[in-house]
Amino acid sequence: MSDVKYSKEHEWLKLDGDVATIGITKHATEMLGDIVFAELPEKGSSVEKDGTAGVVESTKAASDVYTPVSGEVVDANQTIVEDPSKINADPEGEAWFFKLKIKDVKELDTLMNKDEYDKFAKESSQ
Amino acid sequence: MIKKTSLYNLHKKCDAKLVNFAGYEMPIQYKDGIIQEHKFTRSNCGVFDVSHMGQLFVYGKENLTTHLENIFPIDLKKLNLNQSKYSFLMDDNAGIHDDLIITKITGGYLIILNAACKENDLKIIKKKLNNKYDLQLKEDLSLIAIQGPKAKDILEKKVEGVSKLKFMNGGNFKFLNINIFITRSGYTGEDGFEISIQNNHAEKFVQEMLNNEAKMIGLGARDTLRMEAGLCLYGNDIDKNTTPIEANLKWAISKNRINTDYPGSKIIKKQIQSGVEKIRVGIKPENRVIARGNTKIFNNDYKEIGKITSGTFGPSVDHSIAMGYVDNQYSDLNTKLFLEVRGKKIPANVCNLPFYKKNYIKGEINV
Repeated sequence: MSDVKYSKEHEWLKLDGDVATIGITKHATEMLGDIVFAELPEKGSSVEKDGTAGVVESTKAASDVYTPVSGEVVDANQTIVEDPSKINADPEGEAWFFKLKIKDVKELDTLMNKDEYDKFAKESSQ
Repeated sequence: MIKKTSLYNLHKKCDAKLVNFAGYEMPIQYKDGIIQEHKFTRSNCGVFDVSHMGQLFVYGKENLTTHLENIFPIDLKKLNLNQSKYSFLMDDNAGIHDDLIITKITGGYLIILNAACKENDLKIIKKKLNNKYDLQLKEDLSLIAIQGPKAKDILEKKVEGVSKLKFMNGGNFKFLNINIFITRSGYTGEDGFEISIQNNHAEKFVQEMLNNEAKMIGLGARDTLRMEAGLCLYGNDIDKNTTPIEANLKWAISKNRINTDYPGSKIIKKQIQSGVEKIRVGIKPENRVIARGNTKIFNNDYKEIGKITSGTFGPSVDHSIAMGYVDNQYSDLNTKLFLEVRGKKIPANVCNLPFYKKNYIKGEINV
């Protein structure tokens, strides 16, 4: 899991060559509560680092999903659109949101590793 | 300072996520989360702490009924002892100050008020009664709702005779040696009870329910349950800018009060006779998108015709659900509407309320 990076907006990113798989963290799902709706970026569209790339809604509220890096959307996980409860069940595995062909590898340097993120998440929820 | 109910320690023990609600630190959800809590209430038995709500006791002699009829648009003279009715406190324009449940009790009436409105309600009612009667907004009593198909059997085990209560009727009961007042009522669309009990006994009572398969349910699930049941939340679906007729709650105005005097009676009569410009309807978006309060509603020609007042995902109907006010001409069943969510126009349809209806026996006899 050492290749997984995290953003301050509670997204995780896993790199495979120049393609990044992106989703929201378990900590994020715990804060949101039961997720009942998910909207994903369109395949082929371009997204900019820290820009909105989707929406999740829990029974309580709607939240934007941001992309931690820029790139072109090469895939979006429709199974979570059809069954959003999957996001609560396995947020950092099966319930990934979208895949990006990364535009600038240097953007990855701005992200946190697991230890840094765990510390950040713990502090920000206090 | 933020207030705590008598069940605060129990909420903590049950891992509640606490939020400030109407000045009280209240549980929005527990460990299982809103959807599981919602479904548990529909299939089993949920316990809700609603102690933040006002329990106003009004005591007085025979003239009290007449004086209260000058305030509330219901036929109080016909109310039997321990019988409850849903009603409103209105201003002179028939705008709603609060919605409430009034129960005739020995020596007077018990009025259950919304937490955020109770202090103001007390002032208004006191003034309208010319300070003539004994009014007590009890802070030493807790209010606990027990809701769901198994509520009757679970409660009966600890409170003998309670299952004989009819819907919207109450009575004095004993839990161990403690006097409690129970009505068969609730706000979830399920069979259930509301229990008024001394603060110092509330936790013990709730613990007994939890030892018998019931589970604590937070305000989050209370909200999704009431929305599926098509019920209004004060401050969202009804307020000073809506009348009971516009809110589609005409049934709560007693027929033989339509031609009599109470605050807002002229407007109510006029609206019953000549109709309303806007009316509350149920709305079902065609996909999973949730249209929350303040979402704009458009007609087929994209003309704005109203606003959503409540919207959520209904766990038992497995669908996005909403309610809101539309221009009266768009209130017919199946009228096609569009809801503007995040800049997109989402197709939706006017539908019947409630979204969820259960055929349960309301007490011993269906009333």
